[in-house]
Amino acid sequence: MSAEPSPQSPWQAATITRIEKRTPRVTSFWFQPSRPFAHLAGQHVDIRLTAPDGYQARRSYSIASAPEAGAAVELAIERLDDGEVSPFFHDVAAVGDEIELRGPLGGHFIWEDSGPILLVGGGSGVVPLMAMVRHRTLRNMAVPVALVFSARIWDEVIFRDELIGLDDRLDGFNLVLTLTREPARRPSDYSRRVDARMMAQAVERLPKAPRLAYVCGSNAFVSAAADALIGAGVPAEIIRTERYGV
Amino acid sequence: MVTRGFFSGRRPPSDTDARIPPGQYLEQGFPVLSAGPTPRVRTEDWSFTLKQGSKPIKKWNWAEFNALPQSKMTRDIHCVTAWTKFNTPWQGVMIDDILADAGIEPPTAYTLALSFDGYSTNVPTKDLVTGKAMVALLYEGKPITPDHGGPARLLVPHLYFWKSAKWVNGLQFTERDEPGFWELRGYHMYGDPWREQRYSSDP
Repeated sequence: MSAEPSPQSPWQAATITRIEKRTPRVTSFWFQPSRPFAHLAGQHVDIRLTAPDGYQARRSYSIASAPEAGAAVELAIERLDDGEVSPFFHDVAAVGDEIELRGPLGGHFIWEDSGPILLVGGGSGVVPLMAMVRHRTLRNMAVPVALVFSARIWDEVIFRDELIGLDDRLDGFNLVLTLTREPARRPSDYSRRVDARMMAQAVERLPKAPRLAYVCGSNAFVSAAADALIGAGVPAEIIRTERYGV
Repeated sequence: MVTRGFFSGRRPPSDTDARIPPGQYLEQGFPVLSAGPTPRVRTEDWSFTLKQGSKPIKKWNWAEFNALPQSKMTRDIHCVTAWTKFNTPWQGVMIDDILADAGIEPPTAYTLALSFDGYSTNVPTKDLVTGKAMVALLYEGKPITPDHGGPARLLVPHLYFWKSAKWVNGLQFTERDEPGFWELRGYHMYGDPWREQRYSSDP
């Protein structure tokens, strides 16, 4: 028998290579892992911060970048004012910093190329869905996709220009924006919270009934969106959810 | 590896340190996590079945199950997503009392908890008996809400909380340790928070 591989910590150092503000409350950070990995669209990583006295804080963040986009992974981190980890990224972290990272993780909320797909994101819940949309684009996949993206206001639509650019390609990707606190800006968009009628109309933008639906956001958003999908006739068994805590 | 510029953090009060497993933080709220939509299970449709393999041993409806002896457990709970919540008060039927009502001793060393939505999770049988676990029916003295797993959820508080299956509708005794839903998707087979057994690659 060959020698056992030396035990390797699942944690590794990753260097911040780029920082880009996306919206007033969301900033993207690119992390170059010291041991690059291949992730699946929809997966997340765990991040661990360590204080000088050894105190550690860890959180999970979804990956926004497509697997094809290179070894550096993009995390789009929303600032939570009473948070412990996100204020560190927004106020302290700089290009060149090393951060401990573990991943990729998650085997449920991951892209499966199985037929028409409905994506539903609320706020920063769009992040893992963005990895899926980018993955589809970079692979030139024909699978029809509709993304319903709910944000409070136009300026909080994360990845807005990129998503509208993809929508304009008319290649089978459909973007449905809904703003909960402002009028709609585009003719086909909405200005209200997600509901069953909106979901039924999103389904109609697909050539056939969806094979899978992915819903991500706060718990309140995911509960409302999943109920709306079921109200629109989408079977519960094909709905996968990812919720942010409280 | 010390993180440049990370000092404060949200440290728990020092008198609670010993109750917080490694990598966890103290949460006052009660976050909701699940793999799919929240099923609305009506108590008139509810049942609970003990099985050995595919063979049913005994089945209870809601009224029969609620007539079993009820116990209270107030415990700290630990979610794999890193929150810990202290002193959560539950009431329900201890697994010991379910087995006693069925008139059986635990037939195998492993158990799969099964749920209405198709979810499953594996727990060694010894972690369910001798006062360690219950099927909870009340939280803070009230029926458990659907998003927290009502009408009934498993409560195995000494393991990460995904083992405490929501919308539970049965226990299946198995000869081997068979992975459940999350265990098939990269999560640990046992899930001891004090040994930080989060993912399958953790020792």
